[in-house]
Amino acid sequence: MAVLEQEQERGAASAGKASRRITPLGALYLGLFVLGLLAPWVAYPVFLMKILCFALFASAFNLLLGFVGLLSFGHAAFLATGAYITGFLLAEYPGLSPVLGIMAGTLGAVVLGTLFGALAIRRQGIYFAMVTLALAQMMFFFFVQAPFTHGEDGLHGVPRGELFGLFDLKNNHTLYYFVFAIFVAAFVLIRRVVHSPFGQVLKAIRENEPRAISLGYHTDAYKLVAFVLSAGLAGLAGATKTLVFQLASLGDASWHMSGEVILMTLLGGVGTLLGPLVGSGLVIGLQHQLAQSALGDWVSVILGAIFVICVLSFRSGIVGECQRWLEKRKERDEV
Amino acid sequence: MTMIFGIPLMVLFGQLMLGLINGAFYALLSLGLAVIFGLLRIINFAHGAQYMLGAFAALLGAQYLGLNYWAALILVPLVVGALGIVVERLLLRRIQHLDHLYGLLLTFGLALIFEGTLVNLFGVSGSSYPIPEALSGGFKLGFMFLPTYRAWVLVAALVVCFAVWFLIERTRLGAYLRAGTENPELVQAFGINVPLMVSLTYGLGVALAAFAGVLAAPLYPVSPTMGSNLLIVVFAVVVIGGMGSILGAILTGLAMGVIEGLTKVFYPEAANTVIFVVMVMVLMLRPAGLFGKEA
Amino acid sequence: MHATANASRKVSCKPSRLSRHISSALRVRRRALPLSAALLGTLLSAGVAQADISDDTVKIGYLADMSGTYRDLAGPGGLDALKMAVEDFGGSVNGKPIEVLSADDRNSADVGANTVRGWIDQQNIDMVGGLVASSVSIAVTRILAEQDTLGIVSGSAASSITNEHCTPNHIHWVYDTYPLANGTAKAIVDEGGDSWFLLTADYAFGHALEGDVEKVVTENGGTIVGKIRHPFPTSDFSSYILQAQGSGAKIVGLANAGSDTVNALTTASQFGLVQSGQSLAGLLIFLNDVHALGLNVAQGLQLTTGWYWDLNEETRAWSQRYYERNERMPTMVQAGIYSSTLHYLNAVAATDSDDTATVRAKMGETPVNDMFAKNGIIRADGRMVHDMYLVKVKSPSESTGEWDVYDVIRTIPGQEAYRPLADSQCALVKGQG
Repeated sequence: MAVLEQEQERGAASAGKASRRITPLGALYLGLFVLGLLAPWVAYPVFLMKILCFALFASAFNLLLGFVGLLSFGHAAFLATGAYITGFLLAEYPGLSPVLGIMAGTLGAVVLGTLFGALAIRRQGIYFAMVTLALAQMMFFFFVQAPFTHGEDGLHGVPRGELFGLFDLKNNHTLYYFVFAIFVAAFVLIRRVVHSPFGQVLKAIRENEPRAISLGYHTDAYKLVAFVLSAGLAGLAGATKTLVFQLASLGDASWHMSGEVILMTLLGGVGTLLGPLVGSGLVIGLQHQLAQSALGDWVSVILGAIFVICVLSFRSGIVGECQRWLEKRKERDEV
Repeated sequence: MTMIFGIPLMVLFGQLMLGLINGAFYALLSLGLAVIFGLLRIINFAHGAQYMLGAFAALLGAQYLGLNYWAALILVPLVVGALGIVVERLLLRRIQHLDHLYGLLLTFGLALIFEGTLVNLFGVSGSSYPIPEALSGGFKLGFMFLPTYRAWVLVAALVVCFAVWFLIERTRLGAYLRAGTENPELVQAFGINVPLMVSLTYGLGVALAAFAGVLAAPLYPVSPTMGSNLLIVVFAVVVIGGMGSILGAILTGLAMGVIEGLTKVFYPEAANTVIFVVMVMVLMLRPAGLFGKEA
Repeated sequence: MHATANASRKVSCKPSRLSRHISSALRVRRRALPLSAALLGTLLSAGVAQADISDDTVKIGYLADMSGTYRDLAGPGGLDALKMAVEDFGGSVNGKPIEVLSADDRNSADVGANTVRGWIDQQNIDMVGGLVASSVSIAVTRILAEQDTLGIVSGSAASSITNEHCTPNHIHWVYDTYPLANGTAKAIVDEGGDSWFLLTADYAFGHALEGDVEKVVTENGGTIVGKIRHPFPTSDFSSYILQAQGSGAKIVGLANAGSDTVNALTTASQFGLVQSGQSLAGLLIFLNDVHALGLNVAQGLQLTTGWYWDLNEETRAWSQRYYERNERMPTMVQAGIYSSTLHYLNAVAATDSDDTATVRAKMGETPVNDMFAKNGIIRADGRMVHDMYLVKVKSPSESTGEWDVYDVIRTIPGQEAYRPLADSQCALVKGQG
């Protein structure tokens, strides 16, 4: 299912050996970081924040699909849980610090993730996808019924508030750097997890679970922790998104959202760290451009076509294909 | 009047009847999915769209070609099934050696394309398809007024379900099909054209969806989105029955229709969700589904 | 990945070269140096008072569902109605060009709110029209209020938009749940339909409509014998129709909308609900719904509408023009979009300003008199109060054409149809009655 991220790993390994020398990969990350810092002065900050939120969501999803090999078709449930809890708390208790609100939303998603994970990780492959889908549909029902979500109308007018009483988040640029900080922190966390011994065990499970069991690993425990981590990060994405848009709605909980995050990850590159970022940037950028063009009515057809093309001809996604190309070139150079 | 949980017995009978009729649709659709999954190992996410195409083909056939209902019932499944074969040949075949999840993703994309295209061409309001003359009206059953067309749906769906079950489980052709998926090389060696069988199977599954679509056309407004919500429910039915189990799909479909019907009486708000609750419970207790074999 | 949302679908506007240069120069500077540009903006608006058109263009954004459930109700047709208004106005206001932007909200509050925020931040938009799904409208009007931009809601049903969610920045033009319940339910109870069974879509809009209907029915001496809240959306209504049949109520009221209503009506006709002596009351039915249902199924239904193409010479003439461009007759929402845009442009021309408060005040002072409404009044809570029509769907034999579907039974005066200000929870008018 996934593409090994050899380039990444090689980079990480050499960075460990000689941490003072800047590797090409390190330079890439540094470049992206600087780009992220400068971006809001060139492009529209709210649009960038949307990309960051979805990139975080897709990264969380990818942690499960790309590094454990589990396809969840219900990740919208976690996104929505984070979004609703944060939105509700911030709207009901004005003056509450946005940081606390986001933490509460994330925590909610973690709790839900533990519950769902315990049920779902007992199954694999298609069954896993179906169980997560069913559980997410039940959450959707809950969100429709629960009074605090305002059902179909959605939760509106969530105040952005102030950060530590110092920074006014109503300013798009200030908020952007807050969201950017959250994203970078989450990205670093995911990277650490993937390259840790824990991450190696996850990959072993993905490649061959019976073998991992025979080596003495309690694979279920590993899978559960990965699931909860993924759910929590998805919740963090939802919580942050609520702060940006100042609203939470049922769209976050629908199964189409779960499908969209799969598309983003697939397009960018399953099992690569940068893939979800690239994928969400492309999908959201495309939606944004199409919505305002004469092709606006054809958004879903175009997304569908991208899905088909991705599956048929570049399953490794954009980042995955780039990595493969780099590797080939390197091999040729070595010869 | 006899009452059960505060509901008159007569009303309950009526609801059971309606549940069974809805269940017949579920059975027909989940049967198509089960055939495709059982023999090709593809999760056909485009099944809802193919059901919708069936209904649309009947509608457009009537509007532009003067095709009547009975002709549509035969021709539309053939045409849409042929389209399915084209899809299988051109697209699905190229990923058949990969993880099953890719099949799911590819057909998901196809569903988006079909639906989006028809939305652009025909809007989403939907149009009505008249009930054929011979099946209009209805009869009084004592506990309810049963429209003739709904009775016909129940009978037609059950007959077709049985015929398909018979074809796959009890005929030589069905045996080839099953063997072909177990061990394609061996069956090929016996001189049987396995790729052709695979195409035909996918075509059959799609044709079943289209047949359900034609049956549904006079009941529900024909709109491009009519399949997408139904699909998720039908998935749940297939999972509950056990992926790939033909009989399981049929029986579970009927049973879920009845359970959903009863929910509509006691707790209507949850009618769209009850099947998912059942699904989670079943998977916890019998992970391979009610009729599935543990893989 | 630039976020520069380029204005597409521009409508015949002929800006002078100079003004185009100035506005593009301003836009570039804004993007490069937001702080100083913002400062400049404050200075400008403080210095030039209110009587000016910012950027030397009037920018109107059309936000609606262009591809989903409400496509036929407003959608591309609504955009065309808006463009018709701009064209009829001559494409410019006092020499300043009118620019139209449009976007698909895909019925998502996120997408809608985000689009409008972008329009305000990047395009300096002056008015947002269309606005269909209630959830989108509520989300968008919040942002409009925060950013001091004008909005005209034409497609949404929720009466809360000018009640608890009212702001000084938006107007609700065509209809809402209050007159729907008030018009249809009251008429039916008066005719003797005094026992009701309600089928309610289980979400905020359905609940609101259900509440309004219950109030009207009981206040007029009727009773509610039962109600069912069905999931949204539902395709199979047979079970609920059977329960309604078992209830013995004279009237089965449908407190739902769109495809739910269409499905419920189709099913009711198959189960012979009307033949067995009950009547149906659809509370929110649009012209496109009736068209989709066909007269065979819909005949005899009573419903309340804000406008119908075949009311008089004026409506017929305009609708004919619309028909020639769109090959469909306009719905009340599409007609309302035309009317509200024209009223807005008139106010901009009269005040020579596109400042929100100035234009809003002028719009409120001027009665609405066009093919859509006669002596329509925009109240302080943002409700445009105009006459509503109680109509009955024709039988196939009465109808003379594809779109000849309603008989107007009664004109309900606006003052009678809409929620009185005395009952309003809107903070802007509370206690003023």
